[in-house]
This record gives sequence, structure tokens and C-alpha cells, in this order.
Amino acid sequence: MRTAKLLILVVGIIGLALVATSFERRTVGAQQSKASGGSDRLVVQLCDGETKLEIADARAGEVLPPEKAREVARRMMAAYAEQQAKQVSKWTARDRLTWEREQKRVIEEGYKLFHDWRALGGTIGISCDMCHPDAAATHPETYPKFQTQLKRVATLRDMINWCIENPMKGKPLPPDDPRMIALEAYITSTRKGVPLEPGKH
Amino acid sequence: MWPLKWKKREQEYRRQREEFFEAVKRLNRRDFLKVAGLSAAVFTAKTVVPPHSFQVVDVVRAEPQEKPLFRFAYISDTHLYERELNERFVNAALRAVRDVNALDPPPDFVIFGGDLAQLGQPKELELGKQILSELKVPVKMMVGEHDWFLDMGEKWRELFGPENYSFDHKGVHFIVLMSVNEKDFWTERNMTPMERMLTVAQLDNPIQSRFEVGEEGREWLRRDLAKVSKDTPIIIFSHSPLYKYYRPWNFWTEDAEAIHEMLFPFKSVTVIHGHTHQLLTHRIQNIHFHGMLSTAWPWPYAPEGLPKLTVPMERPDPFDEADGTGWGTVDVHRDGYVDKHYNLWSRNPITVAKAYLESWGKEAIPPAPEFPPY
Repeated sequence: MRTAKLLILVVGIIGLALVATSFERRTVGAQQSKASGGSDRLVVQLCDGETKLEIADARAGEVLPPEKAREVARRMMAAYAEQQAKQVSKWTARDRLTWEREQKRVIEEGYKLFHDWRALGGTIGISCDMCHPDAAATHPETYPKFQTQLKRVATLRDMINWCIENPMKGKPLPPDDPRMIALEAYITSTRKGVPLEPGKH
Repeated sequence: MWPLKWKKREQEYRRQREEFFEAVKRLNRRDFLKVAGLSAAVFTAKTVVPPHSFQVVDVVRAEPQEKPLFRFAYISDTHLYERELNERFVNAALRAVRDVNALDPPPDFVIFGGDLAQLGQPKELELGKQILSELKVPVKMMVGEHDWFLDMGEKWRELFGPENYSFDHKGVHFIVLMSVNEKDFWTERNMTPMERMLTVAQLDNPIQSRFEVGEEGREWLRRDLAKVSKDTPIIIFSHSPLYKYYRPWNFWTEDAEAIHEMLFPFKSVTVIHGHTHQLLTHRIQNIHFHGMLSTAWPWPYAPEGLPKLTVPMERPDPFDEADGTGWGTVDVHRDGYVDKHYNLWSRNPITVAKAYLESWGKEAIPPAPEFPPY
């Protein structure tokens, strides 16, 4: 994992240098942005999304000559190495973005399935939201718990499948079905922050 | 934890039963009511042990209470799909019709509380009309958003007539008020009629507008009320609750305050509404509000905004598809206020009495649920 990331970084830096050397008329493009605080010095960002370098003697939008670009790349690499030496976490801002994006995507997928009986294999026009608007009365925080009607301790997943099979008259989903994961993600997202109370009736 | 609680309750129950039997021995005409109160206490204290024959609750209650002027029944929110797609909702509607037909004596009429269809399809509405035509007593129809937003009520009006109307019955002025109009959210989104219908049919869809009687409807109501003397009892049927309970689910009427202003000058006003599929009780000044049950499925209570006077029904058992659903009757008293009966199919019936609302919840309190909503 770490090796792969480093490799990507190095490739990125080489790429930066190449951009600067081979296509001198083009600016460093996406890699540069205006420095904050009103200064219009050239700011170069590494592709880890975090390491930034302000170039004292170059203006924003300026195309660096090859020599200078190589120098900048060396300094970026050094800054990166220095930062790595101090860093405790192995996770970057990019990781965080990925987590958030994927979570949001799956929750949204779950929301769609929750409101679409066909997508869940229902056969009589009944969708989850018809009894559970905004996933109300799903109380995922209370599972696992003994379900009198099933005569055993059941999970939220068991109950989702029970609903698909019974009121919706569909076929239960395999536990690793992406639709099941999406439904769980949506349902639990609506109870974020509610204390866990497994076993609560 | 539980067994201990039960034990305590059972002890209390036995103590009260002893007291009751003692009292019965001393019974004379004057003390009769006092004992009746005691037996009611025995009834509420009971949780584990089923009621026994020593309870004289019903006999006694029947005596001192004023006899209602008349009774009507309600069936609401059948949400019919075509029979080929969904037989369950059709069977539930038929069951309600059978139950109402079995009432002896029969009710004076039946109010249908709206949402006859699920997606406003002509075939759904026609099926609904066919089912309701089995009723032996006259039916008063009310429209719901599920009946309306495919063709903006065209088919419904063709089958059942105007959406706003009034009639008088045994001295009470009844008004059926269309309260589920929405401001146009579909034109700018280029929605097809079906997309508009599906948007409104999704309770938790935030794109749609909030329910309202609207300017035209309010004007119609103003003209209708102008013909009625202020001491004539008024009963209004609306699909949405004519007050503000929970906005995100349209358990809500946006122009409720303007309607209330028109109703405050009247001596006695009762609103009976559909849409919420649950036991719901509210009072604003002289206006008493009662919800209706659905025959199709119960809605959960909203996460906030529940009216203080509402004693919620116990959370329905998902493993029993009839639980939390049913129909009901309404006993109208001389002053126009009503006893509202919820005939739940899988539970004991629950009555929300006029005395409960008149005393602001101090008397005739309906039974509290053992397992309240989450």
C-alpha cells in the first residue's frame, strides 16, 4: 500500500517535471494555484493533495524553464520526505475524501433501493418507504435482538430480508449483495449518533 | 427487570380486586358510580391477567352517559393497486366493507377518508368505487393526494363529483374539504403526470410542496360557513390533518391557521382526517381533531411534533400485516362533539371520548401503549 502510494507520488513528480520541461508553453495547470493571502506567487501542489510549495521567485501562471522546474521538483520531493518523516498517520486527505465519497455513494444507492420495490425484487408494489418514511421505525441501533416471531436473536440484515420476503413478496438477498450493503448503509445513516442499544424492545 | 415489574403489577391488581369485591358487597344505588370508578382502575392496572367477569365497567358506563345522537362509520386510505399487482390492499378494503356492513344497528353513513388509489390510476379508482359500492349505507367520498396528482382529480371528479361539498345531517353541518392541493413543483422540472404522481405518493419526498386548502378552497369554505349559524355543530372531513404536525411528511396543512380563524367563531367544530394512518388526537380551542386508521398499513409516528393529547397506539407488529390497520366509527353527540372509535383489526378497539378532549386530557384517558413508538 505504502510502496504503491510512494510510486504514484514519484511518478507524479516526474510528470510535473516533464510537463514543465517538454511543454514549455503550457503552465503547470492543475498543479498550480494562487497562493492564499493575496500573494500571486506560483504555488505548486503535489499529487498527494496535501504538499504545497510556494515558489518565491515565480509568479502565478508563469511557465518555468526546464532547469527551474527540475529544481522545484527536487524541492517538492524534499518537502514530501520531510513531511513523511514527521507524519504519524499513514492516511492522507485523499484517503479521507475517498471514505466520504464512497460512504455517500452507497447511502444514496441505499436510499434509491429503499424507495424502489422493483430494484429489490418486490412483486406487489410495496417498497420499504411505504412503512418506513425516512427509515423511521427501523431502529437499527436495537439489533441484534430476540425477535419473538423468528424465535431467535436476529440482526438488522435478517429483518431487511424478512421484509423483502414477506410484505414485499420478493426473494431474500445474499448477505454480500451490494444492495443489502447499500440498504444497511442508508438505514443506519438515518440513526447516526443514536446510542447503540442492542436488545432493546 | 420485567418479571419483577409484572409481579408488582399483579400484586397491585389483586389488591384492587379485593377492594373491588369488598365494595361490591356494600353496594347500594348511590355508591354504584364510585365502584364503577374503582373497577375502571382495576381494568387499567391489569396487564398480565386478562379481564374477568367481575368487571362491571361496561354496564355502569352505559348508564350515566348521554346517548349519542347518531353514529357514522369511516373507512380510509385503502391505497388500492390493481388487483393483479396487489391483492392484500384489495382484501383489506373488502374486509372493512364487510365489517361496516355487519354493524347492527347500521351507521347513518360512511365517510371514505381519501387515498382510495395508490397511484391515481383510473383502474385503481374504479376498483375502489366497485368495492365501496358493496356498502349497504350511503358513502360520502373525500379525495386524497394519491387519488389526485396523476390527472389533477379529473377521474376522481368524474366518478365521485366535486372535491369540496357540504351536507346537513340531524342538525350537524358536515363539510368535506379538499386539503391536499400543492403548489406547482412539476412544471419547472418538466415532470410527466406519472412522475408528479410518484413524487407526491412518496411520503418522504422533499421535492413536493406542502399540502394546503389553497385560496380557492378557503374562499369556498368561507362562502359555505356564511350560510351556517354559529351554534350549529360543524364536522369537517379533510384528508390531511387540518393543523401542523410534521412538515417533512406532509402531516400538515400549510394554511391551517387561516382555516382555524374561520372556525373559531363556531360553538363546536370537529375535524376528522385521513393521511396519517394512526391514532391521532388534537385540540385547538373549540376545534377537536381525530385521525383515521388506514386499511392498508400504519404509518410510524413522526419523530417530532406529536400533539400533546395524542395517546399513541402501540407500535404495530410487522409480522402481522393487519396490525395497526382497521376502520372505525364516530358517535356524534348533541353538541356536535364526538366519541371516536378506532377498530383495530389485531387489537382491542380504542375509544377517544369527547370527555377526554373536553377535559384537555384529564378524564376518560385512552389506554397507554406498553411499547410506545421508537
